[in-house]
Amino acid sequence: MRISYAWLRDYLKLDIPADELAEKIERTAVEVDGVIRPSEGLKKVVVGDVLECVPHPDSDHLHICQVDVGEDDPIQIVCGAPNVAAGEKVIVALPNSWIGNHTKIKRSKMRGVVSNGMLCALDELGFDEKLVPKEVADGIFILPADAKPGEPVFSYIGMDDEIIDMSVTPNRGDMLSMNGTAHELAAIYDQQPTMPTVDLHEDANELADDELSVTVQADEQAVPMYKMRLIKNITIKPSPLWLQIRIWNAGMRPINNVVDATNYILMQYGQPLHAFDFNSLTKGQVNVRFAKAGEQLTTLDGEERDLATTDLVICSDDVPICLAGTMGGLDSEVTDNTTAIALEGAIFDAVKIRKTAHNHNLHSEASMRYERGIDHSATETALDAAAALIAELSDGTVTTGVVVGRDEDVQPAVVKISLSRINHVLGTDLSLETVADIFKRLDFPTTIDGETYTVTIPARRWDIHIPADLIEEVARLYGYDNLPSTLPTGQPTIGKLNETQQVIRDSRKLMESAGLTQAISYSLTTEAKAKAFAMHASEVTKLDFPMSSERSALRLNLISGLLDDLAYNNARKEHDVALYEEGRVFFSQPEQVRPKEVEHIAGAITGSMVQTAWDTAATPVDFYQIKGIVAGYLKSLALAAPISYVASTEHPEMHPGRTADIYVGEDLVGFVGEIHPATAKAYKVRETYVFELDLDALIAQPKEHQQYQTISKFPSITRDVAMLIDDQVTNAAIVKLITDKGGAHLQKVQLFDVYNGKHVPAGKKSLAYTLTYQDQNGTLVDDEITKAFDKVLAALTETLGAEIR
Amino acid sequence: MSLQDRLTELRDQGLADIKSADVLKKVNDVKVDLLGKKGPITEVLRGMRDLTPEERPKVGAYANEVRDKLQAAIDHRREELELAAQNKRLAAEKIDVTLPGRQVPQGQPHVITQIITQLEDLFMGMGYQIVDGDEVEEDYYNFERLNLPKDHPARDMQDTFYITKEILLRTQTSADQPRSLENHDFSKGPLKVLSPGRVYRRDTDDATHSHQFHQIEGLVVDKHITMADLKGTLILVANELFGDQFDVRLRPSYFPFTEPSVEADVTCFNCNGKGCAVCKQTGWIEVLGAGMVHPRVLKMSGIDPEVYGGFAFGLGPDRFAMLKYGVDDIRNFYLNDVRFLSQFYKKG
Ligand SMILES: [Zn+2]
Repeated sequence: MRISYAWLRDYLKLDIPADELAEKIERTAVEVDGVIRPSEGLKKVVVGDVLECVPHPDSDHLHICQVDVGEDDPIQIVCGAPNVAAGEKVIVALPNSWIGNHTKIKRSKMRGVVSNGMLCALDELGFDEKLVPKEVADGIFILPADAKPGEPVFSYIGMDDEIIDMSVTPNRGDMLSMNGTAHELAAIYDQQPTMPTVDLHEDANELADDELSVTVQADEQAVPMYKMRLIKNITIKPSPLWLQIRIWNAGMRPINNVVDATNYILMQYGQPLHAFDFNSLTKGQVNVRFAKAGEQLTTLDGEERDLATTDLVICSDDVPICLAGTMGGLDSEVTDNTTAIALEGAIFDAVKIRKTAHNHNLHSEASMRYERGIDHSATETALDAAAALIAELSDGTVTTGVVVGRDEDVQPAVVKISLSRINHVLGTDLSLETVADIFKRLDFPTTIDGETYTVTIPARRWDIHIPADLIEEVARLYGYDNLPSTLPTGQPTIGKLNETQQVIRDSRKLMESAGLTQAISYSLTTEAKAKAFAMHASEVTKLDFPMSSERSALRLNLISGLLDDLAYNNARKEHDVALYEEGRVFFSQPEQVRPKEVEHIAGAITGSMVQTAWDTAATPVDFYQIKGIVAGYLKSLALAAPISYVASTEHPEMHPGRTADIYVGEDLVGFVGEIHPATAKAYKVRETYVFELDLDALIAQPKEHQQYQTISKFPSITRDVAMLIDDQVTNAAIVKLITDKGGAHLQKVQLFDVYNGKHVPAGKKSLAYTLTYQDQNGTLVDDEITKAFDKVLAALTETLGAEIR
Repeated sequence: MSLQDRLTELRDQGLADIKSADVLKKVNDVKVDLLGKKGPITEVLRGMRDLTPEERPKVGAYANEVRDKLQAAIDHRREELELAAQNKRLAAEKIDVTLPGRQVPQGQPHVITQIITQLEDLFMGMGYQIVDGDEVEEDYYNFERLNLPKDHPARDMQDTFYITKEILLRTQTSADQPRSLENHDFSKGPLKVLSPGRVYRRDTDDATHSHQFHQIEGLVVDKHITMADLKGTLILVANELFGDQFDVRLRPSYFPFTEPSVEADVTCFNCNGKGCAVCKQTGWIEVLGAGMVHPRVLKMSGIDPEVYGGFAFGLGPDRFAMLKYGVDDIRNFYLNDVRFLSQFYKKG
């Protein structure tokens, strides 16, 4: 809502700078987007009197004008506008003046003739083209005859005004009008506002009821009030300049006297009004109802619209002619030939209008106000004010009487509240008088009984129903700056993370310490990416009405998002990337729309984690690096059950020979490995290693019971074994066998060499382990260890076919 | 020459030789030559047989004194030379300490996580519990229970991703607050919760809009919670995030689930309130929305608004991060360009 400061002064005595007023509004009522000063940046733009205007000898459209700009001699200006003529008062941009769009005007020559400036159209002064009246759009703007040559032009066209651009919240629909804003400012500045009065003359010879009839078929909830006035013998023409100025300074385009008058009253009262060309109505008959399925209406914008049964329509002889509260129909539009109008002042249900505006994507000044509410007590006044203004501007006559389709008994709300309640909620110590004064400034009639206020809320403040609403009025007018500043007291509570939250936080730190940077990717992705890498079968949760297929389904995995991140980096030549993400994935649940939200943690690594440096060669990441990260992380979770890695070919997106499922005891908790080259190609990433873990499952696992073990005082003994063994035998199998057969004193089995290069027969590999033996209670005897070690060697040979070297 | 004089001569000669020895080997040679079993001092001591019994102890003592003196001089010289040798070696071992250290891979928390963690810690210190609601919510909890019935105009402020008519992606983390309210046992003390998390809006992604972003919302309900308490809490948050050198102003706003509702602005840290592009010339930056919990919200959760009251507030870590670090495109937070992520290395 754009509020003209000049217009506000019709209501209130205000002499503070506009910026200060804006700040006050912002601190007390609604947000202000800014103060607009239309003449800002414009210089040396003055009134000119065209004394003489002759055609340019070398042009078919230019004119050479001698213009009085208030100086001793007239100046010569060449002008190309079709409407320039002697005797007109015009807008002159003098030499070295500044006009709109930061343009400087200089003395120039046009086809050999000197031009000392320029005659201007409104858009050349920076007017938005959408606000320029159509009839003056193609030429220079002609000022009133009494404009004084040489004076700055701004005051003649409203450009000296300051306009406060308010962003009105949905609850303060009352401030979408000059009257409402004036009431608000009157309360803020403790003034008595001068409200507009209506001076309506009805033609006693003509009764509106004789020619116009209105029936409302829709229910009272949908249409609580519907009234019309009939105005005859009108002449459509442009509005006077004062009205045009108010219209364009409010951000609307002046159209003609009737439309401008209804828009003016809309701005003034906040009451939408609609003028129908009376002669287009069949038999002067109007009815209001819901649209029927299959009905159509061509609206003012020329769109043929299919109506929904939730759309309220105004009909004539039961044929829709207007989308109620939203947009008029083309057939009943006021045109230059209109001689009589039926003027509607009505209230429609906010929800219905909202639906219609939404469904037809038609958001107008009228629909916006209906959605936010209307002052029910002002509808008829606004209708009368508009009728009076239209009659005045169009030389028309207002027929006698209001044609009432539906009326409503408007009662003010009464709200009771005690002083102690106000102070209790605000944390203040306001006096009975302070609060009473605030209600008085708001012009809310109030009685006081003890410390209880009984407040009568005028219909113009339909947002106030309950005590909390009144507390807000008190708080904002008292001033939020004046509130004390404290912290909640009362019974102390413990604030700490629960186990899940703590593990999540720790997990992030562990990942970061391992060299992975946290990524936050999109939860919404394509259906294919949502499903990829899923740890178990699940339906994908899809949006009902996505904006794009790219963001249409909720992820079942984190890896695909990380691969998108890697691809983004890859495309920017960042090839060494190590990311992890912690977040939700969404597995479907039987019989339920809502998915089960599971916390996962995943990582993706490509390139090298350590860059080439003066003393270090970059080492490309491989399976064992990411496995090391996962193993280190899992170790720190101190799970009771052992962790095992089992080769898996079950993940189609993963390299079938380089992927392991991860088990804690018997429970599958995730996987780790290299992504399939085909996956890498599809995602446009390089060789990449990933893991994904079900964090919730890990948190649910029993934790290791940690207990101190005495450190043995006795020395340990080590034995190394190197063997040649079949390539298919896994390290896990060998370690298991060694551990099983190692005897009571075997403490540790450490793999220290893997070799399958030269000198190793095909299909074989060479492995070497160090076995560490130690006794808690005594020094080990060499013989004893040799015996135990030989057992292991025998088992390796017999069970796994190892050739001990 | 008496034996004493001979010893004195040997001493002086020996001390001179030790002093002039410039390598360890020469010191050792002097030692062997002088103090060895075949050395001149031993020789002199052998000559003691010819002395009178009275003279013997005197010469013996003097001989020991000379021997000790020479030994001390040898030790001292040896130390000197060892030290010199060590210093020489150390000098040769000098390296360029400005060469970079060997890298240990180190990751960083996401900048949004840093802000969330910072506020979680602040509020846990004040006895708040952290609550993680579901990201897929019921319309009923996300809107209706927060006093936003279907067709409420304020729903326009939050375009929503629906899965079905009744199930949606939460548009605010306060969607979980009705559950906190109805599940809380007030006999155990006040309800104090902070809900950080991801939220979703049906927006086209551009520099200032993201269909996915984060919110942190707080809720306190007890018997004596005042708007002054809210003001104090909001000032604390603003100071925590921006520093306490800035002013905070509250101004009226509208949220369906609070009444009164306010927005909190902080003095623009970029221009100190003078007006600049960051604050759109206003000198203020909007950082928080808040208010006193609407009585209807309490009532719908089975709490008597005549007895209990509270406040709620919400803020956007994405917006905070953009303001605080001058990030000009919100999409940066979700594209995970390592050149972006690595700039925020403060530990969360
Ligand atoms: Zn600024």
